[in-house]
Amino acid sequence: MYAFDFVKPKTLAEAVKALGAEDAQALGGGQTLIPTLKQRLAQPAVLVSLSGIAELKGVKAAGGSLTIGGGTSHATVAKEAKAYPALAALAANIGDPAVRSLGTIGGSIANNDPSADYPAAVLASGATVVTNTREIAADDFFQGMFTTALEPGEIITAVRFPVPEKANYQKFEQPASRFALVGVFVAKYAAGVRVAVTGASTEGVFRWTEAEKALSANFAASAVAGLAVPGGEMIADIHGSAAYRAHLIKVLTGRAVAAAG
Amino acid sequence: MPKVTMRVNGREVSGEVEGRTLLVQFLREGLGLTGTHVGCDTSQCGACTVHVNGLQVKSCTTFALDVDGAEVTTIEGMANADGSLSVIQQAFQDHHGLQCGFCTPGMVMAAAALLKENPKPTEAQIRHHLEGNICRCTGYHNIVKAVLAASGQDVSAIAAE
Amino acid sequence: MPKDGIGASIKRREDVRFLTGTGRYTDDINLRGQSYAWFVRSQVAHGKLNKVDTTAAAKMPGVLRIFTAKDFEGVGGLPCGWQIHDRHGKPMLEPKHPVLAEGKVRHVGDPIAVVVAETEAQARDAADAVVIDIDELPAVLDMKAAVAGGPLVHDDIGSNLCYDWGFVEENKAATDAAFAKADHVTTLELVNNRLAPNAMEPRAAIGDYDFATDMHTLYTTSQNPHVIRLLMGAFVLGIPEHKLRVVAPDVGGGFGSKIYHYAEEAFVTFAAKQLRRPVKWTATRSESFITDAQGRDHVTKIELALDKQGHFLALRTETYANMGAYLSTFSTAIPTYLHGTLMAGTYKTPHIYVNVKAVFTNTVPVDAYRGAGRPEATYQIERVIDKAARELGLDPLEIRRRNFIKADEFPYQTPVAVVYDTGDYDATMNKLESLADLAGFEKRRAESAKAGKLRGLGVNTYIEACGIAPSHLVGQLGARAGLYESATVRVNATGGVVVMTGSHSHGQGHETTFPQVIAEMIGIPVESVEIVHGDTANVPMGMGTYGSRSLAVGGSAMVKATNKIIAKAKKIAAHLMEASDADIELKDGKFSVAGTDKSVEWGAVCLAAYVPHNYPLESLEPGLEETAFYDPSNFTYPSGAYACEVEVDPDTGHVKVCAFTAVDDFGNVVNPMIVEGQVHGGIGQGIGQALLEHAVYDGNGQMIAGSFMDYAMPRAGDLPFYKVDHSCATPCTHNPLGVKGCGEAGAIGSPPAVVNAVVDALQRAGKKVSHIDMPLSPYRVWSAIQNA
Repeated sequence: MYAFDFVKPKTLAEAVKALGAEDAQALGGGQTLIPTLKQRLAQPAVLVSLSGIAELKGVKAAGGSLTIGGGTSHATVAKEAKAYPALAALAANIGDPAVRSLGTIGGSIANNDPSADYPAAVLASGATVVTNTREIAADDFFQGMFTTALEPGEIITAVRFPVPEKANYQKFEQPASRFALVGVFVAKYAAGVRVAVTGASTEGVFRWTEAEKALSANFAASAVAGLAVPGGEMIADIHGSAAYRAHLIKVLTGRAVAAAG
Repeated sequence: MPKVTMRVNGREVSGEVEGRTLLVQFLREGLGLTGTHVGCDTSQCGACTVHVNGLQVKSCTTFALDVDGAEVTTIEGMANADGSLSVIQQAFQDHHGLQCGFCTPGMVMAAAALLKENPKPTEAQIRHHLEGNICRCTGYHNIVKAVLAASGQDVSAIAAE
Repeated sequence: MPKDGIGASIKRREDVRFLTGTGRYTDDINLRGQSYAWFVRSQVAHGKLNKVDTTAAAKMPGVLRIFTAKDFEGVGGLPCGWQIHDRHGKPMLEPKHPVLAEGKVRHVGDPIAVVVAETEAQARDAADAVVIDIDELPAVLDMKAAVAGGPLVHDDIGSNLCYDWGFVEENKAATDAAFAKADHVTTLELVNNRLAPNAMEPRAAIGDYDFATDMHTLYTTSQNPHVIRLLMGAFVLGIPEHKLRVVAPDVGGGFGSKIYHYAEEAFVTFAAKQLRRPVKWTATRSESFITDAQGRDHVTKIELALDKQGHFLALRTETYANMGAYLSTFSTAIPTYLHGTLMAGTYKTPHIYVNVKAVFTNTVPVDAYRGAGRPEATYQIERVIDKAARELGLDPLEIRRRNFIKADEFPYQTPVAVVYDTGDYDATMNKLESLADLAGFEKRRAESAKAGKLRGLGVNTYIEACGIAPSHLVGQLGARAGLYESATVRVNATGGVVVMTGSHSHGQGHETTFPQVIAEMIGIPVESVEIVHGDTANVPMGMGTYGSRSLAVGGSAMVKATNKIIAKAKKIAAHLMEASDADIELKDGKFSVAGTDKSVEWGAVCLAAYVPHNYPLESLEPGLEETAFYDPSNFTYPSGAYACEVEVDPDTGHVKVCAFTAVDDFGNVVNPMIVEGQVHGGIGQGIGQALLEHAVYDGNGQMIAGSFMDYAMPRAGDLPFYKVDHSCATPCTHNPLGVKGCGEAGAIGSPPAVVNAVVDALQRAGKKVSHIDMPLSPYRVWSAIQNA
C-alpha cells in the first residue's frame, strides 16, 4: 500500500467534510478496497472510514419497504432483514463470514463490482439509493462496471427496498474467488417481475427485460425455458466463455423462479 | 504517527502506527503476537482471522486505526485461564484437525465464531462457515470433524470412515 | 509394550503450540537490527535486460542498499541436483540460473534487483522507483512450439529441448512390435495440468552474519535445511558448511515446493554479510505464484495395446514435460526417474516404453509437487485403462483385476527397471468394493437422477515409489546427492532420549510418531523421547523430507541408531548384573538376565553410562549416544485402490464429489490417526487438481491464475468426508519397520478416480465424452456436454 492519512469521523457531516479533501476516498467495510490498496491499484491521500458513523447503520421495515443503512454489514442484513427473506439470504451468502462482518451494503453498491451480489438485489427490487444529497433510482444508479451515479464525496446513507411478493437470488460461484460467476435476482411485484443479472456482463449488473416480460405474464420456470439466452456483451475468462455465462443466466433465472415459489 | 489503543486478549495495548498499518501488522510486529498468520494478499485464505468486538474478521483486511478502542481476541487469547486448551482447541488436537499448523489459528477463530452463533451446526453449515479459511494439509475432513465434536455432537460414525 | 508405541493413534504433541499461537515459523522470527528485502521482479515473460537504474530509488527513505546482478559477479548459479542423460547418452542441456537476472529475463517474476531498507514498506516504496529498461521478446509457452523452433529461452544452449529421454530405450523395439501385433490399441492424449503448490505459509528467509566468527545463519522455510546448506554453500556462495548454519523452524506446509534452493535464500545470506545486518524477506502470496516452483504440466500421448480378452500387451507414451525457464533443484528427475519407473502401475504389462521431452518455456520453473511424477504416471495409466475398458465393453474393475500382478508374484520385476517388493492388489480392490459399497451404486444413481443429476463412479489403482534409493544406483542415474538419512540418538544420564533426525516435519507429525518407535523399541514412555530437527547446528546430516521418505528412510536410520544404543546398553547392563552380554534381554524398559529374576532398569543403565563408577571402562566408552546412516536398498512401494462418486449438474457442468473411498497398503503403520490425516490431505489436493486448480498463463506468459481470486483452491465446501482404510497391509520387506510411506498417496491416487467418475457419469447419460482435461471446471464439463 502507498501511504495515506486515515480519518474516522463520528458523524455524516464530518465524513462529508473529510471527503472534501483532495484525493480523499471513503472506506466502507474495506473488504474490496483494502485488497485493492494492497495491490497498489489505488493511491488515496486520505482514507475516510465510515465505520464509526452510527447513523449509517441499521435495518428498518415499514409500510412495505425495507430500509438498510449504507453502513450496515452483510451479517446484520442477513440477521435482521426478515421482512425480505431473499435479500437476507443473499446477504448471508456474500463472501465469507469475515467479509460479512465488515462489508457493507453501501460499500458494495458504491464499488459496483461486476461480480458483486448486492447490485442484483438493488436493481431487481427497483430499490432507491439514498445519499447525503439525494435519492437515486436503482435503474439510474448503476452505470457499468465499477461506475455509478455517485458524485465524488457523495455517501450512500441508505438503500430503500420495496418488499416484493416473491423473490429469490441464485448465485453460481466462480470456482476460485467464489464471487458470482453469474448471479440472478428475480423479484415479483404486483406491477410486474424484475430480473437483474450480476457477474455476467461487461456492462456490469443489468436487467434481463425479455425474462421480465415473460415472467410477468407467467411466473413459472417454464416461461424462461422458451427464451433465447440474453444478448449483450458477456464477460469471457478462464472460468467461462461468454456463451457459458449467457447460458447460466437462463438456467439460474429458471431456478430462481422455481425457488421463489 | 497516529496512536492506536485497543484491548487485545483482555489487555489494554497501544502503539504508534501509520494510516496504512493493518491490524495484523500491529498484532504481529507491534505486539509480537505472531500466532495470527498471513497466508495471502487478496483477503482469501483466512489465516489472519481474529475477533473484533466479538465479530470474526480478517486482520489483514482491517486497518489498525479502524479498530481503535475495540476489543480484539487472537489465537493467543483462546486457551482457558489456566493455560489448558479450550474445548475447540482440544477438539482440534483430539481429532487431528491440523497438520502444519499455519491455517490453524484462523480455523480456530472461525470455528469459535460459528459455535457462538450456532452451537450445534450441521456438517454443511460448518463447511459453509469455513468458506473463507483455506487449509492445504487436512482436506478439511478432520477440521469439520473437530468442529462437530467441539459442539458436543457425536462423531464416532465419521471416525469409522 | 507401551500403549503409546507403534500402532497407537496418540495425539500430536506439536499441536499445543500451533493451537495456542506459539509456533515459530520463519516470519515469526525477528532479529536485532533486522532489515527488509523487497525483490524487483520482471513483469514480462521474456526480455532483453538493457539497464537497471537504481539512482532515484537509492535516495528513498530508509534504503540501505540496492543489489543487482553486478553485485553477484563471481557468485555461482542455483544448481540442478540431477543430471539426466538422453536417449543417445548425451547429457541434458543445463543453463545457468543466476541469483539475479543477467542480461535477460525469462519468466514473469524473474528477480532483477533487490532493495534492502529499514522497513518492508520503505523497501517496497523504493522498489517502485527502480527503473528497468527491457526490450520485450516473444515468449515461448507452448512446449511443442518451443521445440519446433520457437524463440530460445536460453540463447547460449541453442535449444529449448533440455533432454529427449527414452525409458527403457532397449524396450522400444519390442514394445513397437507388440503394438503391431495387438488386437486392440487404445490411445489417449491428455494434459496433466500445471499446479501451484500453495503451502499456506508463504516462503520466507532471514540471513544473518556474525562478523566476529565469520558465521552465516539462514533461517528459511525449507523441507531440508542440510540440502540447502550444501547447495547454497558449495555451489552458489562458496561458504564452507562449518561456517553456515541453516535453520528450518516450524514450516507451514511444503508439498515439494520447499525442497528447492531458491534465489531469495542465497540473496539474504549474501546481503547479510555485505550489510552486516540481518536481512529478512517474506513472500507475498502473489510472489509465491510467480516464484515457487510449480508442479505437473505434462502433455502426453499414451497408447495401450491389448488382446481380445483385455490383457495388456504393451504400453507406449510420449510426454512433453515443462521445465519452465530454469532447472529447479530436482526438476529433471521428476518426469524421468520418478515417472517412467512407475509406468507399469499395478499391472503385468510385458513391454513398456516411455519417451519424455523436457522443455524450457518462459514460465516459472516446474519441480516436484506432492507425488512428483507418480501422479502423472498414475493418471495416464488409469485413464487409458478406463478408456480401453469402455472400448472393449469390459467392467473397469474386471479389466484391472485381469491384469494385476498377483500376490504370489512378488518380488516383481517390471519392464521399467524397478522391483516391487510386496503388494496385494486384489486385496485392496476387494476391500474397496465393499467399503465403497460399489454394489449400491445403481441405487444411488437412481436417486441422483430423480434430482436431475448425473451420477458417475470412477475407480482406479495406483502404485507409488517412496524413499528414492539406493544412493549408488541414483548416482549412476545422475543424482548429484546421496539419498540416505541420518539420525543421532542421545540418551541422557537420567534416561531421557533425544533423537536428532535429518528428516524434517512440516505438518507430518514426526515429533509425535518418531518417539512412538523409540518407546516401542526400548519400552519407555513416549514422553521420555524428544525429537530435534530442522537445524544443521543440531543434526549431523540430513537429506530432509520429500517423496514420502521420512519414516521409511529417516525412521530406519533412527531404528539403526537405537539398535546400537540398545546393544551398548545391554553390555552395561550385563556388567551391572555380572552376566554375559548375550543373556541380556530388554523388555518394557527393563534389562534382565534370561532365565533369572535379575534385572536392572533402563534408567540405572543410562546413569551408569554417564557416571561410570561401576563400568567396564577397559572395554567400553562411557556415554550413550549413537549415530547411524541408513541407505535403503530399494524404494518402498505403497499401493492402493480408490473410488470416487460424483454428481454432474448437466445444466451448469458443476461436479459435486459425493463420496470418496481410499484403500491403501502402506505396510506397517505407526500412528493410524496421522496416516489417515495424510491420506485426507492428499485426496483434498488430488480432487483440487481434478476439479479446480490450474496455474494457467496467457499467450504473453502472464500468470492469469496468479492469486486465490483466479487459482481455485479447494475449500471445505468442495469436499466430502472421506472413507479411508489401510488394513490390507503387506509390510515392506527391506526396511526394519516394514513401512512404506503415506504422504503422497492421496494426491497420486485421486485425480484419475475423479475424472473416471465424471466421464462415467456423462457416458451413462448417453453423452459421447471420452475425456476431459483437468481441471474439470463447470465450464469445461458443460462445454464437453455441449460438444458431445
